[in-house]
Amino acid sequence: MVRDRTFGSQLFNILNLLLLAVMGLICIIPLLHILAVSFSDRAATIAHLVVLWPIRFNLENYSRILGFDQFRRSFNISVMRVVGGTIIGMLVTVLTAYPLSLRENFMGKSLVRWLLIFSMLFSGGLIPWYLTLKSLHLINNLWGLILPGMVSVWNILIALNFFRSLPVEISEAAEIDGANHLDILFRIYLPLSLPMLATLTLFTAVGHWNAWFDGMVLMADIQKYPLQTYLQSQLQNLSNLTNTVSMDPTLFKYLSERSLRGAQIILTTIPILLLYPFLQRYFIHGLTLGSVKG
Amino acid sequence: MGAIQTTGQTTSKTHPRFFGWRFRRHIPLYLLLLPGLIGLVLFSFYPMYGVVIAFQNFKPLMGIAKSPWVGLYHFQRMFTLPDTWEIFRNTVLIALGKIVFGQLASLILALLLHEVTQARYKRLIQSLTYVLNFLSWVIFGGILLDILLADGLANQFISFFGLSKVPFLTSASLFPFTMIFTDIWKGFGFGAIIYLAALTGVDPNLYEAAAVDGANRWQRMLHINLPGIIPTLVLMACLSLGSVLNAGFEQILILQNPLVLSSGEIIDTFVYKVGLMNYQYSFATAVGLLKGVVGLVLISLSYYLANRFANYRIF
Repeated sequence: MVRDRTFGSQLFNILNLLLLAVMGLICIIPLLHILAVSFSDRAATIAHLVVLWPIRFNLENYSRILGFDQFRRSFNISVMRVVGGTIIGMLVTVLTAYPLSLRENFMGKSLVRWLLIFSMLFSGGLIPWYLTLKSLHLINNLWGLILPGMVSVWNILIALNFFRSLPVEISEAAEIDGANHLDILFRIYLPLSLPMLATLTLFTAVGHWNAWFDGMVLMADIQKYPLQTYLQSQLQNLSNLTNTVSMDPTLFKYLSERSLRGAQIILTTIPILLLYPFLQRYFIHGLTLGSVKG
Repeated sequence: MGAIQTTGQTTSKTHPRFFGWRFRRHIPLYLLLLPGLIGLVLFSFYPMYGVVIAFQNFKPLMGIAKSPWVGLYHFQRMFTLPDTWEIFRNTVLIALGKIVFGQLASLILALLLHEVTQARYKRLIQSLTYVLNFLSWVIFGGILLDILLADGLANQFISFFGLSKVPFLTSASLFPFTMIFTDIWKGFGFGAIIYLAALTGVDPNLYEAAAVDGANRWQRMLHINLPGIIPTLVLMACLSLGSVLNAGFEQILILQNPLVLSSGEIIDTFVYKVGLMNYQYSFATAVGLLKGVVGLVLISLSYYLANRFANYRIF
């Protein structure tokens, strides 16, 4: 990089940094605003007085939300789907990618590849998908949130390209020493692919945490909603929160729909924010992995 | 060595035909593929077969086997409804706006970030602009519903400058623009990554040569860096062709309201409402199938073009 110290260059620098600061602020202000609202009391939030700093700071909204049975139930369902969905998804990804990454040809190899590609190009659409899950008895069933997403073609492609880039000599040597395919995959390939696996695991987990539409369509009663779906139902149906507020006069001073909703939004976002440093470390890696040319 | 020879001999003895021997030798590989194939068949291909109900009058109790066939009735009905054209138009307009302005915003952010010499400042701005991408539409939509409404933060900011309030989410003429803008808001930082990666590939010698020739920072950005990432831009343009019918289902389902349906109803939300809320399974499947077929053509074309012009291969 050329370092010049002319007036024009300095001016360019300052304007550039300012413009970027504005862009950064535009992205973070919505979150800060909701955070401030979630800590503020009823009068301030109803009158829309809160901007970026809480007014009459209190934690009542949070203790109220954390006290809701349904919030805790939905949180647990989300955790279960993230854990189950990520483990099963990653297992299917590496098991499918391994045979396809081998140089050795076997009958049907290119057929499997084309099936994978075709499933990316065309889908039956929402209604046949729903009717299929219904006929498989995956409605109102936690497995309905986990199993349908188990084959991710993009993840398989990334894993496959990564496996291909591993030196073939290592697996050949292992094969001569008597290793079978499972040994090669789990004891040689996977330990060598940790950055790729970390990237895909994080993305899969975030995807499961953030998914809400499947929960809304597949779960018949609110008791089985994952957290994001529960939050979405709260956004659509504000009266639920108001009723709980009006029933409890001692808390009336603190709670409002806006601040309760804000607290829910923040609580649902916290797991993502905790993962964010790791996501950031790996996602650039993940994107370049995706662009490896076969 | 000995082990390999003996296995070779025993297998060829018991399975004299070469084909069967090869097949058996690969059985472990087929077993590894099995879970993925089962998932693919159950959750991708069985629903593809399910599109036949678009040509039926599907009754859930009768199933696909016994429901009466009606040929192209649902497709004919679709094209006689005035709403259909409106919905396709809304979908394409919102999707195109997101593609064009979204790529532009990401490109600009990447060019500006690349000019930052302080590594820490650059990382800070990146952290701030990427974070929204990792939030679900429920979260970001919930925030938008709070800040874009009449008394929300955005309108407070606007009234601070003495301007009249903007009905971002409740005016049919503004709604598509709000969808385009908020989608870019959420995703432009993340979209910049691919351009930033391309910028690191621009030859620094070119940059220095231009500086020696007297080009200022602005000129260098426009005449060295921008042309340097044109191949990436071409690739992104080709690939985005495949999403011309995806206007953003989750975003619009959350932010939509009855006031803005004339400009804010898109194919996916229409299919959801007709199919899963009004139980017109066959008609909704027909609309979805039309979208799927057009999408298949567009995505295939986009991969073909990406391969032709940018040497891109998915496998």
